[in-house]
Amino acid sequence: MSARIVIVGAGLHGCSAAVHLSAQGHRVTVIDKDYAGRHASGVNAGGVRRLGRHPAEIPLAMAAWERWQRMAEVVGDDCGFRPVGQIMVAENSADLETLAERERQVRSLGFNHEYLITRDELRKRVPALSPHSPGGLACDGDGYANPYRTVTAWRRLAQRQGASFFEGVTVTDLEACGSGWKVQAGTHRFTADILINCAGAWAGTFCQWLGEPVPLAAEAPMLMITERMKPFLGPVIGATSRLLSFKQFENGTVMIGGGIRGEVDPHRQVAETSLGGLAENADTVLSLFPFMNEARIVRTWAGMEAVMPDQIPVLGSSSTSENVIHAFGFSAHGFQLSPITGEIVADLAMGREPSYPIEPFSITRFNGNHSSI
Amino acid sequence: MTTHDLVILGSGPAGMAAAAAAVAHGITAVVVDEQPAPGGQIYRSIETTPIKERRILGNDYWCGEELVDGLDDPRIDYRPGTTLWQLTRQLEVGLLQGDQASMVRARHVILAHGAMERPFPVPGWTLPGVMTAGSGQIMLKSGGLVPSAPVVLAGCGPLLLLLAVQYLRAGVPIAALLDTSSPGQYRDALPLMPGALRNIRTLLKGVGLLAELRRAGVKHVRHVTALEAEGENRLERVRWRCGNDPEWHSLTTPLLLLHQGVVPNTQVTRALDCTHDWDERQLSWRPRTDTWLATDVEGVSVAGDAGGIVGAKASAFQGRLAGLGAAIALGRVNEDQIRAEVKRLRRELKRETAIRPFLDTLYQPAAQWRLPEDNTVVCRCEEVTAGEVRNMAKQGCRGPNQTKSFTRCGMGPCQGRMCGLTVSELLADANGQSVSETGYYRLRPPFKPITLGQLATAAEDISR
Repeated sequence: MSARIVIVGAGLHGCSAAVHLSAQGHRVTVIDKDYAGRHASGVNAGGVRRLGRHPAEIPLAMAAWERWQRMAEVVGDDCGFRPVGQIMVAENSADLETLAERERQVRSLGFNHEYLITRDELRKRVPALSPHSPGGLACDGDGYANPYRTVTAWRRLAQRQGASFFEGVTVTDLEACGSGWKVQAGTHRFTADILINCAGAWAGTFCQWLGEPVPLAAEAPMLMITERMKPFLGPVIGATSRLLSFKQFENGTVMIGGGIRGEVDPHRQVAETSLGGLAENADTVLSLFPFMNEARIVRTWAGMEAVMPDQIPVLGSSSTSENVIHAFGFSAHGFQLSPITGEIVADLAMGREPSYPIEPFSITRFNGNHSSI
Repeated sequence: MTTHDLVILGSGPAGMAAAAAAVAHGITAVVVDEQPAPGGQIYRSIETTPIKERRILGNDYWCGEELVDGLDDPRIDYRPGTTLWQLTRQLEVGLLQGDQASMVRARHVILAHGAMERPFPVPGWTLPGVMTAGSGQIMLKSGGLVPSAPVVLAGCGPLLLLLAVQYLRAGVPIAALLDTSSPGQYRDALPLMPGALRNIRTLLKGVGLLAELRRAGVKHVRHVTALEAEGENRLERVRWRCGNDPEWHSLTTPLLLLHQGVVPNTQVTRALDCTHDWDERQLSWRPRTDTWLATDVEGVSVAGDAGGIVGAKASAFQGRLAGLGAAIALGRVNEDQIRAEVKRLRRELKRETAIRPFLDTLYQPAAQWRLPEDNTVVCRCEEVTAGEVRNMAKQGCRGPNQTKSFTRCGMGPCQGRMCGLTVSELLADANGQSVSETGYYRLRPPFKPITLGQLATAAEDISR
């Protein structure tokens, strides 16, 4: 029987859930207070990365990666995915030891996608890198994609499968109604058999309403991009002990990020860049790629993202209410996971056991720590 | 970080008048301007222009001398050759002088950075040899540089006529002036003539320009309805059609100067997230301001064409008002003490701007010039065509921030200055919604590109 499903938040995870649920014939409605992909989902760095993930996320990231390789088949668009590889570089011997430890840890969990590369190998793969780097940890097949194109592909597929999208509509109230929910959004009123919370930086409000507050922080990871430069870089570069994500696109522009935070303007509900953070980012880039000193930045930006204290998402059923599923708090690295979160949410909604372990993401892990940051 | 009472962006008529008004009340003003010399676009190079024969650039140019002399006041810290690359809602001001980036803090900011030319996307507008009339005039004023081969001017608006006359006086051969106004516009503007008569001086000047062109026998082609620039690697020919006549005409020329009016440069007010309104008559955005020219961001005012096109004289009146507004906000004077002066300024401003409805209607570019055909490039930096923008609308992009995320349209070095209006109007048209609903690009610093090295230096000012 087809269920009425209301998804709050038309970001990557909301749209992915909408695709997987509408594919099974359910009546899906997606509500977004702005538009699909307005915040973190549409303006993030687009990293398709398994490298360096929290152990709990590795099985999901591996499954998502399998989907990324056939995105054109999954959503009808390759989403700009380029599997150029990712490398986390060491800046000193302590970093190198950290990376070696990481390699051991990943192996002990039964995975071998991350492996150490020597100084010479690193030089071969990234000739532009400053020679002081003693090595790195590589993950072939990782890369980057275009985030807004990705969220749009998910949204359009969901729409083709019959999901309805209400953009510019803010949920104002929830009311339990039998085993389901009445969702009030201004003058709109929706009835849901199952409610899915994919509200990102705004997801905490729903948890509050449901009596299961979470310590979610709305943060503003920043990015900047340069003018077009001569091609000098293949893989995406990260740093080991400093925040950095550094990549050159096919059009020659270089994107610099890594999660350094700007500021959230709580009144206007938007993310702003902060000069101090951008300069810190610039400093890291300049020590690894000194010639970037003359590279011209044409734009900086930030996006609102939900960050949990343990840096992993909340993904699972509500602990207080029937027929509510949460998928939020991806802590600035949810982009790569989006193909798989939708599948997991769909499984949960249909009362099936998800194919991947999600216990670590349970909302109950914050019991006793209800304070909102 | 050093704190200044007042930072004024731009040393055109509005900025210079604002500075003069503020310093008269004991305020020290920092005046920042990208250009090497004061005057803005209108009085560009007034101190240094090699064109000394006053007849060529005309009286309205040389009357800027008095304002420029006023900058020579010890209480004004005038900084030429300085770019604003960042301005936050907390009034942190990022400046770039030469290679040196710095940050200062302001108690009040007056944005008087003026207008820019409306994008004029026609087939071939990206070819070398196609420029804007504004850039033609810059070269004339600052370097006395004039084209040697016959030039084609195309479009509409007072600046196009003025440049044609200035070229004529300087002895530049004009192959043709292609006028893109439609006959209906004269009809629409006519009822607004009585208001325009309140500024008879400007009206007569316009009539005089047209007469001067006619007397000189300049080929003035009216009612142009299609226009294309053609050439292999650079401009070789200009082609056009008139009215409903299907026949194409063509002229060989190495230089085509395009112009269809000026619009407020809203890059900075957008980055500040000031409230903007769509002006149906000027077909452009303008930041919303109060009677003191203050925006809804505390401590930020906008004077002159940056807040809606008013022209040079009215810009100076607005500049004075904004300067006085800053003096009140900074507690240097109270409103009662300057009541008479303010009343006079507002009266003069009203008289000076009475001609705008007439001019704005007469020179309003028709839809086909603002909504180009599918294969015309719209975003020059990222080479996105009008057709691609329309296609993105079909895929559900309601506003320009969505098309930007999709294809980087508007995300190149010009930060959307050259395509912003076109993209908003194209999306509004394709989605059947108003331009107001469609919105504009969200803008982010840097307003002008800055190197990573400069960024790192500027950040040191913040901790200092």
